[in-house]
Amino acid sequence: MPEKLQQLLDAFQMFDPVDRTSMLLSYADQFKEVPPSVATRPFPESHHVPQCESDAYVWALKQPDSTLKLYFAVENPSGISARALAAILDKTLSGLPAREIATVSCDIVEQIFRQNISMGKGMGLMAMVNAVQALARNASQT
Amino acid sequence: MATPIEQRGYAHPEALVSTDWVEQHLNDPKVRLIESNEDTLLYSSGHIPGAVHVDWTADLNDQIRRDYITREGFEKLMSKIGATKDTTVVFYGDKNNWWACYAFWVFQLFGHTNARVMDGGRVKWLKENRATSRDVPSYAKTDYKASDRNDTPHRAYRDDVMAHLKKQGQLVDVRSPEEYAGTRMHMPDYPNEGALRGGHIPGAKSVPWAKAINPDDGTFKTSDELTKLYCEDNKLSPKNETIAYCRIGERSSHTWFALKYLLGFENIRNYDGSWTEWGNMVGVPIEK
Repeated sequence: MPEKLQQLLDAFQMFDPVDRTSMLLSYADQFKEVPPSVATRPFPESHHVPQCESDAYVWALKQPDSTLKLYFAVENPSGISARALAAILDKTLSGLPAREIATVSCDIVEQIFRQNISMGKGMGLMAMVNAVQALARNASQT
Repeated sequence: MATPIEQRGYAHPEALVSTDWVEQHLNDPKVRLIESNEDTLLYSSGHIPGAVHVDWTADLNDQIRRDYITREGFEKLMSKIGATKDTTVVFYGDKNNWWACYAFWVFQLFGHTNARVMDGGRVKWLKENRATSRDVPSYAKTDYKASDRNDTPHRAYRDDVMAHLKKQGQLVDVRSPEEYAGTRMHMPDYPNEGALRGGHIPGAKSVPWAKAINPDDGTFKTSDELTKLYCEDNKLSPKNETIAYCRIGERSSHTWFALKYLLGFENIRNYDGSWTEWGNMVGVPIEK
């Protein structure tokens, strides 16, 4: 597990439900959409996260130092959980080598959201992590 | 002069209130606004000032059995949100008030009839750039005394559905056309929540729940439009006993609300066991 992400998961384990909600909202507020230099609407279907009803898109761009920078878009204005997760993934994984990002499992969704996850949401958020993992795996092979 | 909602010709227009009405009653102590969403983070991200959060899983469902809270649980909930028998509760939420209607329906099992739904829900309030707040309000606890839960008028169990089926009673399946046809076992973009068989209850009419809504602002369609949809196109009669169902009874609460309050269906119940129960039962009839 990448160190920064592990630290974040450890912090989330210590939070009570109110603190966890505040922290998730704080991440959602920090969400930055993919810049036009990387992608513009209509975003390509190849970057669309399947099963995510928040209409999320994800990109992983290889940097000159061979690390990856993650970008996201969340088209559903109510997609607050998806925005929170996108900000978390960007802040804890961007700047790492692709092979390290490829080790991240979708189990982190349950650890981060706990009681804030609903039936439908869980699968969509896990699909976002899976999409990041797939992009990282591809990047690590090129 | 009739309000815009009254002009739509509903059987019980008082069941709906507008965003204007809510704004005018933000500080009315007799009104309690209740937000119910699928995404539990949404309320915390900003809600109508003064609104309380009622979560359908944590607050309305029994935490062990597949059932709703008991009378004691409901009394505790109403006490916590500072509501009395005289409080007008107004529900609103995400997804075109889908979860708001579900919460409204559960409140009816306890006979809290002084209840309304805010037409258009969260999306309309936000589109109109009305005020939101992240402050969680706190109200003085009340001593709410509820009646025992009375499911009979509003809720159908599997045996009720079976008896209804034998009488060839009216059934409305409000899931997506693909779920109805049995080609898809769950909602688009949602996980398969465990029905072993696909299809629908024999004789059920397929009327996806969101057809009752204007997609732009989440408001309900007019009585004429709803009559065409349910009564003319799908031959459902407001005079006949009717049961609505979906997957777990949430989407069908929305249709239950539209048929009961907007079109005046006299005997309409929600089968909350829905497809996750019917599609798993041994030996029950299924149509594809």
